[in-house]
Amino acid sequence: MNMRAILLFAFVALLFIGTGFVQSWNVALTIFNMGLISAIMALGVNMQWGYAGLFNVGVMGFVALGGLATVLVASVPNTEALSAGGLRIAAALALGGATILAAILAWTRLRRYRGWVVAAILFAGFFLFRAVLDPGVAAVEAVNPARAGNIGGLGLPVLLAWPVGGLLAAGAAWIIGKTALGLRSDYLAIATLGIAEIIIAVLKNEDWMARGVKNVIGLPRPVPYEVDLQASPAFREVVTEFGMDPVTGSTIAVKLAYAGLFGVVLLVLIWLTQAALASPWGRMMRAIRDNEVAAEAMGKDVTRRHLQIFILGSAVVGMAGAMMTTLDGQLTPGTYQPLRYTFLIWVMVIVGGSGNNWGAVLGGFLVWWLWVQVEPLGALLMQGITAGMADGSWLKAHLQDAAAHMRLLTMGLVLLLVLRFSPRGLLPEK
Amino acid sequence: MEPLDALVAFANFVLVPGAAYGAQLALGALGVTLIYGILRFSNFAHGDTMAFGTMAVILTTWGLQSAGIGFGPLPTALLALPVGIAACAVLVLLTDRAVYRFYRAKKAAPVIFVIASLGVMFVYNGLVRFIIGVDDQSFADGERFLISARDFKEMTGLEEGLAIKTTQGITVVVAVIVVVVLFWFLNRTRTGKSMRAYSDNEDLALLSGINPERVVVYTWLIVAALATIAGTLYGLDKSFKPFTYFQLLLPIFAAAIVGGLGSPLGAIAGGFVIAFAEVTITYPLKKVLGYLMPEALEPDGLVQLLSTDYKFAVSFVILIIVLLFRPTGLFAGKSV
Repeated sequence: MNMRAILLFAFVALLFIGTGFVQSWNVALTIFNMGLISAIMALGVNMQWGYAGLFNVGVMGFVALGGLATVLVASVPNTEALSAGGLRIAAALALGGATILAAILAWTRLRRYRGWVVAAILFAGFFLFRAVLDPGVAAVEAVNPARAGNIGGLGLPVLLAWPVGGLLAAGAAWIIGKTALGLRSDYLAIATLGIAEIIIAVLKNEDWMARGVKNVIGLPRPVPYEVDLQASPAFREVVTEFGMDPVTGSTIAVKLAYAGLFGVVLLVLIWLTQAALASPWGRMMRAIRDNEVAAEAMGKDVTRRHLQIFILGSAVVGMAGAMMTTLDGQLTPGTYQPLRYTFLIWVMVIVGGSGNNWGAVLGGFLVWWLWVQVEPLGALLMQGITAGMADGSWLKAHLQDAAAHMRLLTMGLVLLLVLRFSPRGLLPEK
Repeated sequence: MEPLDALVAFANFVLVPGAAYGAQLALGALGVTLIYGILRFSNFAHGDTMAFGTMAVILTTWGLQSAGIGFGPLPTALLALPVGIAACAVLVLLTDRAVYRFYRAKKAAPVIFVIASLGVMFVYNGLVRFIIGVDDQSFADGERFLISARDFKEMTGLEEGLAIKTTQGITVVVAVIVVVVLFWFLNRTRTGKSMRAYSDNEDLALLSGINPERVVVYTWLIVAALATIAGTLYGLDKSFKPFTYFQLLLPIFAAAIVGGLGSPLGAIAGGFVIAFAEVTITYPLKKVLGYLMPEALEPDGLVQLLSTDYKFAVSFVILIIVLLFRPTGLFAGKSV
């Protein structure tokens, strides 16, 4: 950390404190909590891009997988649905896996007619898979469809979902990495873009898993509920000592508790990533990034290292996704949009400074604050511009309505300006 | 067993929509592939370029409609196309000036261009939403059908109807005209030849006195025209929604890569491969098979291989298969 970093972080802190004074501490803490999560996502992307130069634009998919993990780990078990069709679904998934494995084996082992054999295996496997899966899905979705209609979760503590989310994302990253790494850089980009869309499509349509677009709400929380806090006399006493009413006090206390949990995760991750970057492993990664040919000549297995960092970075993003779903208390697949969950994270990394972990964290907080605040600021600006216009003119109404779309424009401009005038970001890599 | 009915049903639900969609994808993929061949980066802003051009066309169409100008049985949007292309051309040329030229002069890595195009994508997306909003806009007018299902049944006496929408017919006709003109331009004119030379070997082209900035300007002009036409045809056929155009990026890229990035012929082939695969796999084939098979063997289910929401998965799987087994695409493209 140098002077520049300290000043920039102080500036960001000032933004949040200013929000607290001007708007309210509740708003400031809401932005701050999402900022913590954004910072973790940016850390994950920075590992892939900053350490290894991998261009992953499927961040949204890993975030969503983390969210899925939260539902599967923490929501209430649905034993009735599980006994109705759980076994069939598990068998179908195993069958699907076995089909793909058999196809890969056939491709590597056979010499003659292997294309036809692989095609036949996949074709037969697909229909067999559907034949086993579909009745199971129908059975699961028939159980209490209005409130559940899915396999439910394990009912475990929700904090456990965070590492599980990381693992789930890591597993997906392994599959993607095995197929797409080693191809050219923009092919990896297109491949990850596609995977992310497919993951979202699966989440939206496979109702048996996490209710699809019917959403899962009321996920358990790792922190107490506001109403319970308000009911506890001890809490009321403490809050009144600070001069707040119990309702505001309880919302702020809950948000602070979340901030504490997320903050611990972020600090541990920063410590780990900084240690990794300073270690021989980190030096090797940077050597590979800066000159793949030279690194390969030194005996480094470039593809393997790329796979490793791709999995690690995706796991971090998946964990952040699980944390986000925990914070929201619900999984809403319809709200996952690439501009918000993939490209905005990229803006954070580029603006913060690729290759620098502190930069990614700074970018996460700063860009997230901007993303939230541009909307009210845009509305203010539009009010200023349209103040002189006659009331009821269509241009005035249109401009005021359109203020909500200012944020995309602003994010694009911020990205382009930083890329042009400070291409290494606000906190450049040493 | 009524094979003729099966054929008509297949044509009605798969062939005709697939051909129209394929033509739209092919035009989109041509734009992507030209940028890749000459400017040497994957342009993530292409979907939003299409959206911007289409938006200009829609606004002009509304203007023409309120002035009482129509195009007879054809959609008014065709009259508005030149205006849309001009607006889009101004936008992309300004963008090139403000953004890409700097990195070209610096000879930046392709991935930097891609990141810059992400920024451009945000800006275009914001612009379009700012001007026209996020809602669905329908702007097709004129005659709705070339042949409606009822007329077809009366004409042929078959049980199945074949409907061809005017927009589908126009899409295919316009696409053919555009492709013919484009290939004539690339192969026969001096400028087109210099573009191909620049794409094949930059240094050699520079040595033989080709002005790179001129080539770049022409490329952007062509890309603006292609993007606006592709976007307008898609919007006429379905409807215009900014977010859908952003999502078209994936099938368009898949088409360009499957055909071989940098190869115009490949882009067209890729567009149709992706479109037909998508439509066939997500369409319930029960009706077609029902006509073909003896009654005892008729399928009970819908025989829909994948639900329509998985159409991205189709283009994606084709993309992955091509990348794994033939990384340069069907028509050997280039790799930077």
